[in-house]
Amino acid sequence: MKTSALIFMLLAQVTITTIMLYFLIRALRAKKRPEPDSYTDNDDEEDE
Amino acid sequence: MSTNKEAWGSRIGLILAMSGNAVGLGNFLRFPVQAVQNGGGAFIIPYLVCFLLLGIPLLFVEWSIGRYGGRFGHHTTPFTMEKMGKSTLWRYVGVFGIFSNVAIAAYYCYIESWSLSYTMHSAVGSFRGLDQHAVSGFFSNYLDLATTTTGIPFEAVIFFLVCMALNTWVLSRGISGGVEKMAKIAMPLLIFFGLFLAIKAITLKAGHENAVNDGWVGLSFLWTPQFDSLLNPKVWLAAAGQIFFTLSLGQGSVQCFASYVKKKDDIALNAMSAGWMNEWVEVILGASIIIPISIGYLGIDKVIELTGLGGLGLGFRTMPFLFQQWGPALAAMAGIAFFGLLFFAGITSSLAMGTPILSFMQDEFNWSRKNSALIFGGAVTLLGLPTVFFFQQGVLDEYDYWAGTVSLVVFAMLEMILFSWVFGIKKGWREITNGSDIKVPVIYKFIIKWVTPFILIIVFFGSLVRPANDEWTKVSLTSWPLHRESIIGQLIHKDAGPNATWFADRFYAESECIVDSIYRENGKTIIAVIAPDQVTSVSYVLRKGNLPAVQTGDHLKKGDTLYTGRVINRLAYLNLARMLLLSLFAFSAFLVFKASRRRKKHAARHQKIHTS
Repeated sequence: MKTSALIFMLLAQVTITTIMLYFLIRALRAKKRPEPDSYTDNDDEEDE
Repeated sequence: MSTNKEAWGSRIGLILAMSGNAVGLGNFLRFPVQAVQNGGGAFIIPYLVCFLLLGIPLLFVEWSIGRYGGRFGHHTTPFTMEKMGKSTLWRYVGVFGIFSNVAIAAYYCYIESWSLSYTMHSAVGSFRGLDQHAVSGFFSNYLDLATTTTGIPFEAVIFFLVCMALNTWVLSRGISGGVEKMAKIAMPLLIFFGLFLAIKAITLKAGHENAVNDGWVGLSFLWTPQFDSLLNPKVWLAAAGQIFFTLSLGQGSVQCFASYVKKKDDIALNAMSAGWMNEWVEVILGASIIIPISIGYLGIDKVIELTGLGGLGLGFRTMPFLFQQWGPALAAMAGIAFFGLLFFAGITSSLAMGTPILSFMQDEFNWSRKNSALIFGGAVTLLGLPTVFFFQQGVLDEYDYWAGTVSLVVFAMLEMILFSWVFGIKKGWREITNGSDIKVPVIYKFIIKWVTPFILIIVFFGSLVRPANDEWTKVSLTSWPLHRESIIGQLIHKDAGPNATWFADRFYAESECIVDSIYRENGKTIIAVIAPDQVTSVSYVLRKGNLPAVQTGDHLKKGDTLYTGRVINRLAYLNLARMLLLSLFAFSAFLVFKASRRRKKHAARHQKIHTS
């Protein structure tokens, strides 16, 4: 594989994977809002 | 007035459904072909720039429009846009958000049904022992309804109906019980199948399993940057187009999904998560499957030739043959993985197209979810059948051009103008940042107000009057020859050739050619012609009663008679497709008009009760 192709590919793949994971993890770890929120899965939980 | 009580089950469900909406067949079939045709590795530069300047702003805007509408009980664009623009005009601009979804679903579900059928064919070993020509012929036979690949008559129609039934059933289960559940199953499976195929592709070894190249050769070809292509405006337009279509923007489905998010909940981080997940699937998985595998077996020159025919041809005519080189068991697994992946990518998108229709019927006419799903399924099936029966005559491509390309650009441009200039960027920015779990860079306020609307206006007008041969420097107000693919060029059927009537009693050669062969297959006479350069060949299938007017070896000029007898020209089918689309738009506008009358009546009754 040509070096320029390898650099381009790795740069693009690493950048996109990192950004995707960063946003996804932040979304999953975000603090839950008090009810009523947009999601039904935590409707039984007590508000803090 | 509305009895619509739908909601998302969980945040991850919303993100997966939204990314499932974006991830479609184009991620695996269109992106790699675009990259090959537009500068290889260097394509990623304009592609990512367009993602930052066009994709992300539009994602923010569409999520915001959706959540804003949801606050007033509007889950579709007509009444949300009217509320934002405070004018009836915007209500009818919002009709695009209903129309496009039905029109795109009509042909998209047909392609989705091919993936479903090919998954089954891969599992039962239909491609075993077939050479490359036979696998390609298998696809032609599948599309030609008169022949059958399984013994099931009208197989393509049956699979289309099965696919529609499946979509209707999932939609009838609701947002969290249907669309979200499907996304939670389909997206992880799609990623798993994609990783399996990508690993297999890049570990191909020349000399093993009939491969002529290592998998790395394909990746090297795809990723080698050609920096000179960055100066070509065509590459930038292609990148903008790819970003636009890969994110399912300008369609009305993102707004509909976001309308079920409450005012205080985040949209900015959700939009980023879903958008970047789509990019990951496209750039990491999409680029690592069909190009490395096909170059591994066919070589670079052949693949360049095949990409000229588009991603669908490469996917359905070539991939099943290449998988056969891996032995029966692995070929079946790879076929199931590849076509299963396409099916999951397709169904998560087509479900997103159905959701605005269901929401509209529930909101405006108090229809039950099941009845709304049935009306969507019925409408899409009716509108989709012409694409099934007249695929070879170009009906599917015509739908794709007007509903899947032009409508999206027009709608996105208008909604951007509404959001930034009519609703106002101040209020708009508040909508984007309200409840946000991330700090949205303030530069986006400027980009959304000025950069993105102007890019969209340039893209629209550029497509409207695209000059012949893309020679922008050579046009003037007195001389502006149009490209046949420009919007005006398409509208007037520019370069329709010598067969520019709806009906005729003879068919003329469309360009200079040599008659290569005349033969009979499946009871039909076929005339195969080849261009004088011996590269491009075209086959004409004659209808009953048509008679060849040429012999093998004849050299024909453009306009010479090829065969005689009653002929329905392609132009008739294309105009039929346009009339169907126009009728659909008019009917959608009529429904919106009826809904607004209902709203007025309801408001008057409500006021009467209140005052008495």
